[in-house]
Amino acid sequence: MDVLDELRKVADNPYGYARRLKGEGRAVIGYFCSYTPEEIIFAAGAHSMRLFGTHGEISRADAHLQAYCCSVVRGALEEALSGELNFLEGAVFPHTCDSIQRLSDIWRLTTRFKFFADVVLPVKLTTESSRMYMVEVLERFARELESAFGAGITGEKYLDSIRTFNKLRAGMADLYRLRSARPGIVSGSDFLAVVKAAMSMERRACADMITRLAGELGKKGPSSNAGGGKRIMLAGGVCDHPDVYRLIEESGGVVVWDDLCTGTRAFEGMIREGGNPLEAITERYMTRLACPAKHRSLTERGERLVRDAKEHKVRGVIFLLLKFCDPHDFDYPYLKESLDREGIPSMLVELEHQLPPEGQLRTRFETFMHTI
Amino acid sequence: MTESAAGRDKRKFASAKKMRDIMTSYYIEAKSAKETGKKVAWITSGGPVEPLIAMDIIPVYPENHGAMIGASKMGGNLCEKAGEMGYSDDLCSYARADIACSLVNGGPIGGLPAPDMLICCNNICGTVLKWYEIQARYYKVPLFIFDTPFCHTGYGDEVKRYVRRQIDEYIAFLEESSGKKFDHDRMMEVGKYSVEAQVLWQSVLDTAMTKPSPMTCFDAFFFLALIVTLRGMEVTVDFYRGLLEEMRERVKEGIGAVPRERYRLLWDNLPIWYRIKWLSDIFTAHEACLVADTYTSAWCGQLKYMDEGRFLDSMAEGYTRVYLNIGVDEMIKSVLEMVDKYGVDGFVMHSNRSCKPYSLGQYDIRRAVQEKRGIPSVIIESHMVDDRSFSESQAETRIDAFMEILRESKGKRGA
Ligand code: SF4
Ligand code: SF4
Repeated sequence: MDVLDELRKVADNPYGYARRLKGEGRAVIGYFCSYTPEEIIFAAGAHSMRLFGTHGEISRADAHLQAYCCSVVRGALEEALSGELNFLEGAVFPHTCDSIQRLSDIWRLTTRFKFFADVVLPVKLTTESSRMYMVEVLERFARELESAFGAGITGEKYLDSIRTFNKLRAGMADLYRLRSARPGIVSGSDFLAVVKAAMSMERRACADMITRLAGELGKKGPSSNAGGGKRIMLAGGVCDHPDVYRLIEESGGVVVWDDLCTGTRAFEGMIREGGNPLEAITERYMTRLACPAKHRSLTERGERLVRDAKEHKVRGVIFLLLKFCDPHDFDYPYLKESLDREGIPSMLVELEHQLPPEGQLRTRFETFMHTI
Repeated sequence: MTESAAGRDKRKFASAKKMRDIMTSYYIEAKSAKETGKKVAWITSGGPVEPLIAMDIIPVYPENHGAMIGASKMGGNLCEKAGEMGYSDDLCSYARADIACSLVNGGPIGGLPAPDMLICCNNICGTVLKWYEIQARYYKVPLFIFDTPFCHTGYGDEVKRYVRRQIDEYIAFLEESSGKKFDHDRMMEVGKYSVEAQVLWQSVLDTAMTKPSPMTCFDAFFFLALIVTLRGMEVTVDFYRGLLEEMRERVKEGIGAVPRERYRLLWDNLPIWYRIKWLSDIFTAHEACLVADTYTSAWCGQLKYMDEGRFLDSMAEGYTRVYLNIGVDEMIKSVLEMVDKYGVDGFVMHSNRSCKPYSLGQYDIRRAVQEKRGIPSVIIESHMVDDRSFSESQAETRIDAFMEILRESKGKRGA
């Protein structure tokens, strides 16, 4: 079976995959955000899996959360309450937005998983004191994992874990470069599948596969689609909808770059392989492009967006924002303005756990493609 | 039976005018800072204001301004403007109204004086971080972020160290932005006034334990302004001393805020600023007094951590463990304490689309209160400053139904 097929299989049914892992004796820990120090979880011998929330109906969660809470949070609670996530040993909640913060409380008070951890990282990532604090928070988390999984995390285990994640991220960086150089070399929905697999699959195996995939694709000739679609960049939060990618392509676009939680922001930055591992992990968080719920700079996100859009020669930017997502909603006007100033067109699509009727989205994408 | 004019007069607060006067001169001083050469700092409502007062920097509160905008029913227009600027209607309407106001100098006082610096303490929400980033870009002034890690279940040593370090960073920031040296003796004095004002404010709220209660939460929403904006100043201490006397006087004379108080209710969340009078009238007609609320007590709930002798050290913990920065289970505990303390018969929850950290979790709090104390509750939904989507009829229907249940349950208990 070819590598892409295998990654697709995991992405299509991540929970089935997780149940198998659990069957093999691996503890599975759910997470919601790229600020989850997965390297420590891996070093502790457990497996981390990103949860995106249901695409089905939300009913049980309605007893705990108002409808004006984002669908990632509502959808995740729904699955936790319905038993869909019973394969989990537990979940970890890095502090990001106000909604995740309350999900953590409600989850802790209403579900019965064995493991639970809050990782209350600093919000500002600019000072020495916040760096020191972050290291201490990670130390606390490591101790919690050690006591839950009964084994000390040795320096060797940390190094092995950091190397594994570095390899995975390097592989993803290669794939991103390839996609920008030869647009359409993997379809948008396949690319999403790779991204999702990289957040759900056993990381050592996954890092191998992604390295192989990048190698194979690198050898392939230019894709048939090269030069076809208009070069598009995606920006925003979480997008777990393969159909969005398909519709963009069918409307005449091709995604060549992104600034998404389900994209570059999760893979950016390597971790130093030496010295104190928790300090090394902290360094990556302090230097990689920040999510809007964290503060690193007043202008960095806008500057990066413009720089990336230019570097990857995009014709337009599509903002994919989850409805009721405060941090992203607050950044949107300023990011759009940064693009406007440079004459880069953009459009905004609001998503929830279920997509609006296909025709409606298609029309909007087509209109946008015509104008850029 | 309507109340006589004399009865209504009896219920008016003499302190109200005093407070309006203090607030007016405060805003005049703030707005003429340019001429007087004073620095202006914008600060979040839960932020540590005392060092500013000690440095003679004028604190200005966009949230208090937001409340004024809401109360003067100008929120809808400004929020519409924010929508045109690209801000989603689902965001906090304090933030939206303020951001729009900066551009058009709108609102009841023609906009706030431009800041020389911004102080953002995220102990109330993540919204203020984004909001102050936006204003820092707009006004091009330095931003200090006072980062208070969320306390889901406790207050770890690492949190303690981190917050304490930031107090020193904060002072260094103020020294740099104002070009003045920090005066520790003055700080001690300000710290004393701050603690004293908080003690007085708590005592004012405590008078509501009396039946009938001399005040309602709507009065508390009004009298809150000074403890938010000017705690740490002598005039604030004097004011609350006067207000407390007035309350005690009422208690002595048996004057209730609501004529014929029969039901005692607890309010949760921020006020619906543009419908305060309307809500107050509805509850009064039901002979129900909202005797306490979870919101105005936030400005004295930290007293247990405060120590005026070690003000700066204790302030670190006090500012980190505020009501909005603790887990839902801790909030439930606070609410239950209030139910018992104030002898509450029913719970009115404002599900505030503007404020996710306050509102998400309310359903679980409601369930816990129902289970543990067996008192009924009602949920009213709004966007506290943006009045464009508020449904009076829906709110009224819900309140009526709730009062009906309350009447029955209280009847059964024979009270
Ligand atoms: S950052 Fe946005 S999408 Fe993510 S959990 Fe928070 S509100 Fe939801
Ligand atoms: S109302 Fe809520 S979201 Fe808005 S500033 Fe206040 S605490 Fe933050």
